This record gives sequence, C-alpha cells and structure tokens, in this order.
Amino acid sequence: MFFQKDLETMPRAALRELQLERLKSAVDRALTTPLYQKKFKEAGITPASIKSLDDLKHLPFTYKADFRDNYPFGMFAVPMKDIVRIHASSGTTGKPTVVGYTKNDLNVWSDLVARLAVAAGATSDDVAQISFGYGLFTGALGLHYGLEKIGATVIPISSGNTEKQLMLMQDFGTTLLVATPTYAMYLSESAKEAGILDNLKLRIGLFGSEGCTPGMRERIENNFGITATDNYGMSELMGPGVSGECHLRDGLHIAEDHFIAEIIDPETGETLPDGETGELVVTPLTKEALPVLRYRTGDITSLNTDVCKCGRTHARMAKVTARSDDMLIIKGVNVFPSQIETVLIAINHISPHYQLEVRRENFSDHLTVVVELADGSLLERFQELEALRSEIHHKLRTVLGIDAKIKLVSPKTIERFQGKAKRVVDLRDKS
Amino acid sequence: MTLHQLSVFIENKSGRLSEIISILAKSGVDIRALSIADTTDFGILRLIVNDVDLAVSILKENNMAVSKTEVIGIKPKDEIGALANLFALLSENGVDVEYAYAFINHECVVIRVEDNSAAIRVLNQNGYTLASEIE
Repeated sequence: MFFQKDLETMPRAALRELQLERLKSAVDRALTTPLYQKKFKEAGITPASIKSLDDLKHLPFTYKADFRDNYPFGMFAVPMKDIVRIHASSGTTGKPTVVGYTKNDLNVWSDLVARLAVAAGATSDDVAQISFGYGLFTGALGLHYGLEKIGATVIPISSGNTEKQLMLMQDFGTTLLVATPTYAMYLSESAKEAGILDNLKLRIGLFGSEGCTPGMRERIENNFGITATDNYGMSELMGPGVSGECHLRDGLHIAEDHFIAEIIDPETGETLPDGETGELVVTPLTKEALPVLRYRTGDITSLNTDVCKCGRTHARMAKVTARSDDMLIIKGVNVFPSQIETVLIAINHISPHYQLEVRRENFSDHLTVVVELADGSLLERFQELEALRSEIHHKLRTVLGIDAKIKLVSPKTIERFQGKAKRVVDLRDKS
Repeated sequence: MTLHQLSVFIENKSGRLSEIISILAKSGVDIRALSIADTTDFGILRLIVNDVDLAVSILKENNMAVSKTEVIGIKPKDEIGALANLFALLSENGVDVEYAYAFINHECVVIRVEDNSAAIRVLNQNGYTLASEIE
C-alpha cells in the first residue's frame, strides 16, 4: 500500500532530476543564513557550482555543533512569525539542539510519516496508541500527525504508566502501537503476565527512536501477534519519517524526493560508492524553516538503490548498527559522554574521571554514572554524600533528560587512560 | 578534651570492609572504636584508632577518601540508666547528638556534636569522665 504512490515509485531518473532542482533551491534558502554564507565562503563555492547531483560532494558538511553554535534560532531561514512549531533534542552540551518548522514543513513531515505508516499496512481503520514520550522530542508528535493524516484514531498516551497503557489497549481496541522497541517489549511481557493478550486487537507496530535487533523484534511480534516495522529520523533533519521499512522489511526506504542520502568515509569525508558502508550524510531538500546541507548523522549504514519488490524506487538504507562518534542511545535519548563530562566538571568534591555503564534490564535501558570522590571532605555527615549524589543526579537529568543511577567510588579507583579514554561500558545485548 | 575520629568512604561491595581493616592491622594501627552507616551503595566507616596520623597516611596511600574530626569520648558508669541519663543531660542542655557509637571494650561512648566545647562544658560540670587521646 502507498500513501503517495506516484512519488514513492517515481522512476529513478525522474527522481534524480527532481532532487537536483530541489537541491538548488535548498542551497538558495540555506544561503539566506549567516552560517551557510560563511561555510560557502570558506569552501570557496557559489550556488553556480552545483550543476549536477555529483557536485553535492563539494558542499560543506553540517554538524550537530553548528546547531549548538547557533542556539537557539540562528539557523532559521524564515522570520519567527512563519515558524509554527519548535522541537529540540539533547545537544552535546547543556544547550539543546533546536529545530523549527513552517506550516509547510509540518505538512511535508506528516506526509512522510503517513508514508511509512501506510507502508507498514496502517489504514484509517486503525486505532493508534502513541507510547513515545510527548514533549520537545520529535518522535511522538511526528507519528501523531502522520497517523492523523491517514485518518487513524490517535491515542496520545505518551510513555510510561504501563498498567494504563494496557488498559487503554484493551478498552479502546488499539490496533497499532508506536513505541521504542524496548518499551514495546516491556509492554508485551507485561500483557503476557497480566494474561490479557487474547483481549488485544494489536496488529501493527511502528518502532523507532532507537535501533532494534531482528531477534528482539521477532520476540515482540510473537508476543503481541503483530507485524512491526522500523523507522528512522532525527530532529536535525525533520524527525521520524526520513526513512522507514515497507512490509517486506528489506531496508528502510529513504524519502528521496525530500532528502538526498550519501554515504561517506567518516575519517576522510570522501563520498563512498553505492553499497559501501560508511557514515550517513543527509541533505533535506524541501525544508523551509531550517535549511540543512549535508548533515553528518553519525550513523553507520549502507545504501541500496535497487528498486524494491514493493515497487518503491526510493533507496533503502540498512539498519543502523553503529555510530561514528561516541553517542549512546539510551531509552531513545541521545547521550554523549561529553555532556556528562561537562556536568561533572562543574561539580565540587568529585574528580573529573568517570565511567558510564549501560545495561538493559527488564527490557529497559539503565545508565549508571560512576563518579570518584575527590577527597574526604564530605564524610562528616552522611547527608552530605547523599546531597552530592542527588545534585549529580539532578544536574544530569536536566541536561540529558533521563535518570541515571549515580555510583560514588573512592578516589583514584576509576581506570586512568593514557590515550583515548574508554569511558563507556555498554553491557546491552547487541545480538 | 576530644578524640580524633577518622571517617572513611567505603563502597558497598563484598570484602571492602575487611580489606580496609586488614590494611590498618598490617600497619600496626589499633582500632578502638568502629561504626558504619550505609545505604545500598556506599557507607561511611567511623574509626577511633591509637595512631591517627599513621592511619590517615596509610588510608590515603591506598586511595581512600578519609577525613579527621574531633569527637567526644565519654565514660559513663556501668549501670542501668547511665546512658539514658547521659543523653537526657545533653538534650536538656541543647546539645544535639548527630551520631553515637561505643568503643569495642564498651567502656566509652563516642558522640559527634555540632559544638564540642559546649558539650564538654556540660559533661564536665556534671562529673562525667571523658576519654583522652593517649589511652
């Protein structure tokens, strides 16, 4: 099934023509912002340098740091009166990465989410329970408007409160679940324990905001008796809907009429040939509020431009299995060790050495931050140590948006590194 | 007249307490009194030892967070109600006891208070015998 069949099955030659035309206007929009004026000047190029899609490789990259440096609205290319929505995600420092949308941007976004929902088999008869956390993150509202667009009944329950999730699932006859795979797994196990699986009408799962191994997906599907697809996106590019699986689940179709995807060598920045594995770089072609060129996603994948058996011509990206930087995804939230470092360095009585331990327990991610006491200065009163621990917990929560467990240890007990520090111990099962 | 108490940060993992105690024992430090307050993850070990400076340097060499505080050691009479009288006296005189523990030989009660001199004055006025460092 298709939401916009003509666009989704457009012959690749025509698609490339459309991309070139849209790339030129995307560059023009980007050049209304000081950031891209500076980037183009430094690279010594002008819009006239773009004669074919191959010339894309001459354009400068955009990094997450550019969003930080232009916080909050420095990258916006339209006046604030035309911005109708703001979203944000955690950045590498305390300041979030801020993105904005025009009315038209929201319209395109919901179209693209509608595409992946329909590709998974969703229709206007579906009752969709959105168990992503609502708020500044793009996940929940992205799926929300896409599913409304196809006429599904949307239940914006947000994340957490598992008992209520299961109650509404039964009482409202939920047929489609939007969740992170880890939460979907937890819900399915809880439903099984409660003995209510037979009362459920679930048939489709739309999973996103974190990777899902095939083994884990199969378990969720078996538990719930559903078919689930993965989707991919990030706020800097738009949100969910950049790519998504069709029912054949042989890679995630990138909405190539709105994005150009490239694979590069993350070390050299060189563009790699089709099929090779490297860092995904994406150029949104139609965004009005926030033009972005060649965004370094940090995600490692490969592209397949063969036409899919489903009929879609849009290239498919393989599931993301790794990152080119040290970003961790915990409960669907981006976490950079450097964010944690920035917080810890500003706190007294502890050393700047730390270790991060990520575990998966009960199908949910848990982050433990191991912190060294600097000396014995807080040992007079037990409350002082507890206060230190809650101060660290609170400040990390403010910056990361997730709860970390804080483990205090004696001075000089965390391993010291000569070269590149290995601060992350990821104990989650990757198989 | 006060005693020097050591406070040592201790991770809540098996064998950690025994490790600290044996490090001190090997260096000839004698532990007179000991108390542990803990949560699930960590605790604070309070010690009264015969050689404070030696103990501090040994603990620091072994990468422990350690601090030194002055506390009061009181020798109450060995009879029922003696402790009750002691703490009633302190309370009546506005001396708040943050924590207390006993010597291993039971002869002495250690208290940690905000204002040592006020507590010592009250105790002296009421005829209590206080422990000194060099016992």
